[in-house]
Amino acid sequence: MSDTMLDNISGKPAPWLNGIGPESFAVLSSRIRLARNIQEFPFPPTANTDTREKLVDFISSALKKIKELEQGTFFRSDDINPLDRRLLVERHLISPEFMREGSGRGLYIDNMEKVSIMLNEEDHIRLQVLSSGMSLYECWEEANKVDSALAKMLEFGFDSNFGYLTACPTNVGTGLRASILIHLPGLVLTREIDSVIGRISKVGLMVRGFYGEGTDVLGNLFQISNQTTLGRTEEEIIDSLVKISSQIIEYEKKAQETLMTDAPEQIEDKIWRSYGILMNARVLTSNEVMNLLSALRMGVSLELIDKISYKEINELMIMTQPAHLQKLVGREMENTERDMVRADLVRERLGKEN
Amino acid sequence: MLCQDCKKAESTVHLTQIVDNKKVVLNLCSSCAEQRGFHSPFENLPFPLAEFVSHMVGPSKKTAGKGQKATTVVKTCSFCGMTFDDFAKVGRLGCAQCYSAFRTDLADLLRKIHGSCEHRGKAPAGTSDMLKPLREERRLREDLRRAIEQEDFEKAANLRDRIRELSEDRR
Repeated sequence: MSDTMLDNISGKPAPWLNGIGPESFAVLSSRIRLARNIQEFPFPPTANTDTREKLVDFISSALKKIKELEQGTFFRSDDINPLDRRLLVERHLISPEFMREGSGRGLYIDNMEKVSIMLNEEDHIRLQVLSSGMSLYECWEEANKVDSALAKMLEFGFDSNFGYLTACPTNVGTGLRASILIHLPGLVLTREIDSVIGRISKVGLMVRGFYGEGTDVLGNLFQISNQTTLGRTEEEIIDSLVKISSQIIEYEKKAQETLMTDAPEQIEDKIWRSYGILMNARVLTSNEVMNLLSALRMGVSLELIDKISYKEINELMIMTQPAHLQKLVGREMENTERDMVRADLVRERLGKEN
Repeated sequence: MLCQDCKKAESTVHLTQIVDNKKVVLNLCSSCAEQRGFHSPFENLPFPLAEFVSHMVGPSKKTAGKGQKATTVVKTCSFCGMTFDDFAKVGRLGCAQCYSAFRTDLADLLRKIHGSCEHRGKAPAGTSDMLKPLREERRLREDLRRAIEQEDFEKAANLRDRIRELSEDRR
């Protein structure tokens, strides 16, 4: 049964990519993550497999009783094969770290792919709520509800000075990581991005790659999140991320305007050329496709291209990732074959719009 | 280890940076670190957090000293058996009780990481009663700030008195 769920999601687009919600021209998605631990158990990195298994039983039975989590599937990590794990990373439902190690872990995903809960990643519980556009408050509201429901059944490690206790001291306090996935092609092209990133990191936020900590930037997509978790309330942390993000969005708009005033021909050429390659190429690597889709996305935001929606582009950015392609075809493939299948998929999906 | 810049003083600041995908490790004394512009290492550097944490904690004081305290008390968490040195090596704590076992050292570290060691956010139901006065005070301080901004000094004076009462209650 759980297998069918994973087979199903690979073919259908993730709801958080639907390109709606505030500021969706730049912000693909918003995410709230809460780290929690159970008081009387060692943290996952120190716990042995037996203890971790026991914890998975214990917490998963609590999850079953929560109203908000009725419509979803629970997996034990051993039941998820390596390709499916990759698929879940590509869909931002689990962390790359969760993908690596096997035993004694658990995972809950709700049918809408909005809520996911990793058990025994770095902390006993990593609760995540994901949603499209700039919707951090909405995500927090949902996460807060599930967290409160869990707290009624489980005794969380909590200290009145230090707050929620986590394996890594960088998550202690609120245990909250709020982040947005934001598309900033204008700032990259105008070479302002480094100075913007520099300023962001001075105000307690951090910028990371497409899949979070330690990952590369792909297709001019950046993850911006709070760096510190202690000393401010959840609302204050989210407020400051929202405020600074809206500034960055303004910078991005200005950068795109500047590009169109200073070098309209080059920009238009870049966008139409990318469109042309996407519509006609027979071989596309995953890096290439992300860069081309990024240019196309900017074409949509500059209203040069009106036949394609943000939704279509956002979805392609995920569906052209390696594990998604392999699930689509139903078997593992080498790079060269993947690059061909990828090009076919892109032509088919973009061609449909015309 | 001596500071790699002046090669005189003992290095107390240990930085690991990833620059162009290459790991760069700096071992500096505090004044050379300052000269390089690292006033607070957490101010403006991108870094892998866990690695950084373990660098901030270690190396343990007994090796840094001049041998006068050869018999340092090893702090150990009685629940999971982790020592503070273990933590300094891996950057991860063993269990929730470690936070009590290493409270003072961790408070220092948390202040360095987060600029604070006082939780002000959500608390699990049941513990919230304990935190109520703190929350109330926080709310009042926020109101006070706004009253001052709006130059409503009568209101500000009232708020200030109530904050004072609250903090006296706590003692």
